[in-house]
Amino acid sequence: MSSLLNSIDFQYVIGALVKIAIFWIFIMLVVAYTVYAERRVLAVIQNRLGPNRVGWQGLLQPFADLLKFIFKEDIIPHAVNKWLYILAPIIILIPAMMVLIVYPFGPADVPLPFGAAISHAINDLGVKLGMTWNIDLSHINLYVTNMNVGLLYVFAMTGLGIYGIVIGGWASNSKYSLLGGLRSSAQMISYELALSLSVIAVLIQAGTLDLAEIVNRQTGTYLGFIPKWNVFSGWMALPCIIAFAIYLISAIAETNRVPFDLPEAETELVAGFHTEYSSLKFALFFMAEYVNMMTVSVLATTLFLGGWRGPYVDDIRWLGPVYFLAKVFFFLFLYIWLRGTLPRFRYDQLMNFGWKVLLPAALFNIVLASVIGILFL
Amino acid sequence: MEFAHILFMGFAALAVVAAFNVILQRNPIYSAIGLIVVLCSLAAIFLTLGAQFIAAMQIIVYAGAIMVLFVFVIMLLNVREEETRVDKQKYLKWLAAPLFLALLAEVMAVVRYVNLTPQPLASANGTVENIAQGMFTDYVIPFEAASVLILMAIVGSMLLARREQKEDVERIEKALTRQQEEEKYEEEVAA
Repeated sequence: MSSLLNSIDFQYVIGALVKIAIFWIFIMLVVAYTVYAERRVLAVIQNRLGPNRVGWQGLLQPFADLLKFIFKEDIIPHAVNKWLYILAPIIILIPAMMVLIVYPFGPADVPLPFGAAISHAINDLGVKLGMTWNIDLSHINLYVTNMNVGLLYVFAMTGLGIYGIVIGGWASNSKYSLLGGLRSSAQMISYELALSLSVIAVLIQAGTLDLAEIVNRQTGTYLGFIPKWNVFSGWMALPCIIAFAIYLISAIAETNRVPFDLPEAETELVAGFHTEYSSLKFALFFMAEYVNMMTVSVLATTLFLGGWRGPYVDDIRWLGPVYFLAKVFFFLFLYIWLRGTLPRFRYDQLMNFGWKVLLPAALFNIVLASVIGILFL
Repeated sequence: MEFAHILFMGFAALAVVAAFNVILQRNPIYSAIGLIVVLCSLAAIFLTLGAQFIAAMQIIVYAGAIMVLFVFVIMLLNVREEETRVDKQKYLKWLAAPLFLALLAEVMAVVRYVNLTPQPLASANGTVENIAQGMFTDYVIPFEAASVLILMAIVGSMLLARREQKEDVERIEKALTRQQEEEKYEEEVAA
């Protein structure tokens, strides 16, 4: 038994769990306020007020919505496949959440305020309990883990999320849900290809799949003011910019957002795959959609816009997460902006665009990036 | 007893239970979900062995692409329950027992004769760099051969799909001309 206890690196495991908990709460808050921001920004675009009654300027609206979701009646329709119906929102949310362990929020070895004092207090407590703990919190990494296959891990997890939609649509036993689920799976399979192929240009530039390392490779500036982000990276800038465009378009399609929100086209399918869902189960689908938006925005920031890199970040390390979140919020705002601006595609247009425009463009871009990579890197 | 062993036991047990679920369920969608669970637990076992790249690929390719296609087809055809039909190949069931015994003997032989103490892994990690190093130097010919094989499968499936379409077009054209002839004939009769 003691060998079992010795084989576990407790400081690492507990530290990772605490970090996951903090990041999770943070992501949940961001998701809640993205929903609020979406409603307010759409209101501005459509020349109305939006939610502004709960708290100052409606800032407590997300909590009111959450309470409402919890206390609504949870209806399980009679004809559904009960187990799969309950399982679907869980299947969609858990992989979406699992991605957050590779989010590179900021640099490694950031000085934690009062970190030395806190670790001293914990170690003293350990001495009183008769244990020797060597906990050092004076410097922390602002990510949970930097795995060697970070980017592939993100793709693996976002790829699993599709089962929630498919199974939810099937288990609801309603024609709108089934059609929504089928449309969604076809759409996500089609655009996943272009999405995964588009990032290869960045991988050729960065030479690694580790998200934290990809950010580190974008250090420095040209001429003292142009940052060496992948979209400004000399000769590789051209394939990286093409990749950025392909990535953005397919990311929007991948998260089922306007103008690619065919799976939940209200005018044809009521609400698509989640038509039959109510109360907290609907809220889980809703949350998963916003967590996925967050994930693709984080990837866009990390791969193309230098992650947490920005001016003076090497002197003041805590500026890292600020820059990072600013860039992520830019993409989230772009999502909302597009929703307020663009009409929905037709289904055949969507499929044609994915297979006949984006996929060949992504393939061509790989060839271009490889040639430039061989010639100039 | 190390923590990695406990993880291995847990995921191995999950894989076996889910594998039984695949063959014992009557509803094809439950079987498909069982298979997804098997593939995900295998990926977790790869992770405990330090093969990160293989684990990620296992989930992306098998759970994320192939099984999505399976589930998609099951949903599209809306297969509810496995249809209980009379098996045309009745003699096959007599093969089942000997084959099962052979498989059991094989498993027992493996358990009995194979050295169970795990060998220390050569480089101890299946990172992208190591895999790429192997794949594009020592094993580049098998890798390219597999690519050509897959390309052949793609071309073959395209050919099959196109040929059917052509036949369909011919059939529809034939039916249309026949209809026009009939209409002409009716007009003549009416005249």
